[in-house]
Amino acid sequence: MNKSDLNDPFEQARVEQGFAQVSDQDDPVTMVLRLKDVRKCAHNTKTFSSEDVPGRIVVPSEVNIRTTRQIPFEVDPPMHKGYRALLDPWFKRPLEDEYKAKLNAQIDELVDAVINGEPVEVIEQFSLVLQSRALTLLLNTPFEDSDLWISWGTHVFRSEGEALDGDKAQILYDYIDAEIERAIANPSDDLYSVLLAAEVDGKKLTKEEVKGVIVLTFSGGRDTVINAVSNTIAYFAEHPESLQRLRDEPEIRGRAIEEFIRYFSPLTHMGRVVTEDTQVCEHAAKADTRISLCWASANRDASVFETPNEVVLDRKMNPHVGFGFGHHNCLGATHARQILSTLINVLCDKVQTIDLLDTEDNIEEWDEFKRKVGYHRLNVRFNPK
Amino acid sequence: MAKITFITQDDENIVLEADSGSVMALAVENGVSGIDGDCGGVCSCATCHVHVNPDQVSQTGEASEIEKDMLELDDNANEYSRLCCQIEISEKLDGLILTVAN
Ligand code: HEM
Ligand code: HEM
Ligand code: FES
Repeated sequence: MNKSDLNDPFEQARVEQGFAQVSDQDDPVTMVLRLKDVRKCAHNTKTFSSEDVPGRIVVPSEVNIRTTRQIPFEVDPPMHKGYRALLDPWFKRPLEDEYKAKLNAQIDELVDAVINGEPVEVIEQFSLVLQSRALTLLLNTPFEDSDLWISWGTHVFRSEGEALDGDKAQILYDYIDAEIERAIANPSDDLYSVLLAAEVDGKKLTKEEVKGVIVLTFSGGRDTVINAVSNTIAYFAEHPESLQRLRDEPEIRGRAIEEFIRYFSPLTHMGRVVTEDTQVCEHAAKADTRISLCWASANRDASVFETPNEVVLDRKMNPHVGFGFGHHNCLGATHARQILSTLINVLCDKVQTIDLLDTEDNIEEWDEFKRKVGYHRLNVRFNPK
Repeated sequence: MAKITFITQDDENIVLEADSGSVMALAVENGVSGIDGDCGGVCSCATCHVHVNPDQVSQTGEASEIEKDMLELDDNANEYSRLCCQIEISEKLDGLILTVAN
């Protein structure tokens, strides 16, 4: 197995049963593993709700460490629709030329800084920096803000050896509270100010709602983007022919991005709370228990994807659910796609090959399922063209 | 050359011409509202959903299994639904009328 390969720990359970039960604190989760079932459950928001106690649909559950409802993530239709109608246009800004140009300048500068013949630790020195700087474009806040976010490190919510750390999460909440007060005192054209002035269904957003949106852009767009970027770099390091192919065939870059999202599936799964007794894959799912929609498993479903465990750069039919499916599909997907697209353009332009030096995998554990999502440490050397 | 008409949700008629590529790409390049093409045409996002004029279904052909599975869970889907990134432009499409679903 190559170092940049990502395993599929769910195959046997997916083929044999279609679901798997895993434990999480005192609230076990039935993971839904097949693509069709994942889509159906995502679509059926009445029976599989996102709107329970804040934090319950996240696995591991965060009910003990937060009370702020994340918006639109933890709201069901029909309310969800009003929030998305407000947010969708803002989160499409990455398609604008000015946004693209700024993102290109950021990534260009970052790549220049690491092509120096010295070893680079990609997670801290590249992916985290890239993600934090790009987030200033999405929020439309000053570039300098990213210095603070970078200083928080990759584990804003987590301390050494502890998966969930309420005190650490508080750093982010306190920061956002202060930013909201700043935007109230001095409105500008950043996302805070836009949200504070906005109405949904004829009602002004409350401070708590604004906080619920902003915290989600920080948390939902952090590990996911860092993993996507880091996995892409590791893949190119081990597959120089792929980087060369994308250089020669720019027309397949769009497909390659979707394929990376499918193969890497930066978000493994997301939970739902069952609202009425029902069945998942002929297995009873009782009211007030949890299921999860396992995007990572669905994306390797051999009944849909040919050679699911291979990266096929120009895969033509690729109905993946890496960005989710249905109502709650990823609000940050346009930004994330633009990041990957810009990264690939700049790498094709400037980097000949990447040497993989040494790595330490980041492996998620859900009982017997051990899934690599990325790296704790990824040392490489970028060689210029 | 094929001439294709898009009817948007606010009843705008947009007539476009092309001889190759996907119908989605043509619509996106020309800013047809309601067709976003988020996934670039790999059949993953369903933001390119159209209803084919019922008399012209034979021109576009049928949706594949994978495409049908996507459409099945789309609230605006009917028997004339297609994801237009899966429709390749050729002479055969000349005169086609598509109603944008979103
Ligand atoms: C490669 C990067 C990313 C991946 C793979 C990813 C994946 C996902 C997935 C699978 C969902 C569906 C969750 C569910 O159905 O419960 C989702 C939702 C969401 N994501 Fe992302 N995400 C990425 C980047 C981002 C970024 C950059 C942001 C924002 C800064 C973001 C913000 C959100 C939000 C707000 C939602 C909830 C949308 C809703 O409930 O309507 N994501 N993401
Ligand atoms: C305030 C909201 C959130 C908090 C406090 C939070 C907290 C955490 C924590 C503590 C971890 C580490 C888990 C562990 O190591 O076992 C984690 C990982 C992760 N979170 Fe969140 N999360 C939040 C929202 C989200 C959302 C909305 C998404 C995606 C849509 C997301 C995506 C991820 C991913 C992909 C990882 C795995 C990262 C890795 O292990 O490299 N998070 N989050
Ligand atoms: S463009 Fe995404 S499904 Fe057609």
